[in-house]
Amino acid sequence: MTLPILLVISSGLFCIGLLAALSRRHAIFILIGIEMMLAAANLNFIAFWRFGPQPAQPTGMMVAIFAIAIAAAEAAVGLAMVIVVYRHFRSTNVDQLDRLKG
Amino acid sequence: MSTVAFAVIAILTLAAALAAATLQKLMHAALSFAVMFVGISAFFFLLGAEFVGLVQIFVYIGAVAVLIVFTILLTRDDTGKVRSFNWGGVIVAIAVFAGLVWAIAKTKSLPLTPSQIEPITVQRIGELLMTNYVWPLQCVGVLLTAALIGALILVMEEKS
Repeated sequence: MTLPILLVISSGLFCIGLLAALSRRHAIFILIGIEMMLAAANLNFIAFWRFGPQPAQPTGMMVAIFAIAIAAAEAAVGLAMVIVVYRHFRSTNVDQLDRLKG
Repeated sequence: MSTVAFAVIAILTLAAALAAATLQKLMHAALSFAVMFVGISAFFFLLGAEFVGLVQIFVYIGAVAVLIVFTILLTRDDTGKVRSFNWGGVIVAIAVFAGLVWAIAKTKSLPLTPSQIEPITVQRIGELLMTNYVWPLQCVGVLLTAALIGALILVMEEKS
């Protein structure tokens, strides 16, 4: 287990999340992709903390804990928005949400 | 640290992430999403951040995955099966991955071995949260309250 391998794994996770967020049409998949990207960033924080010059100071761990809390808040509001959108349009396909289109 | 365990966890995590991103059925994707978070928590345990791994399991598998399953059940989308898949996203994702891997390979001074540390205890984390990180902690508390109220107001039925 070395730092470059961990970084490659977390970039792979990030890109899979990007793939889910960009290419799926369903709103819940987009949220799943965003959560995946945030988790990849957390993995990077922990890896750099562990392999960094000062691992006695748990700064990376603290940032990861706060990032998890913020990601949870984001997921709650995002899923509430999915439910509201479903009530209005009877669909969660983001391609159909084009009422603001000129 | 065991290399075999590391390889197994890496393959499991990436496979579950790929399944969550590409599976056609939403419910299967949500379950793969939970499996992926088990894998990431296992990485955190291997790296010596046990508390963060536990928080990840509690928050993501206990709360976020259940929330996603509830939302899937509440928003059964029967208006025509849309199977469209945007291949532009695949190209962008592969390009970003290639760029990131190129940048990692070009960086020369990445440390290869983890430094030896004392295990970080939960007591230490609690003390830090109450001293150095007390302002971020309060801000996260306000943020979570605002998110709770906002989510409730969003989904409240409008009285006509």
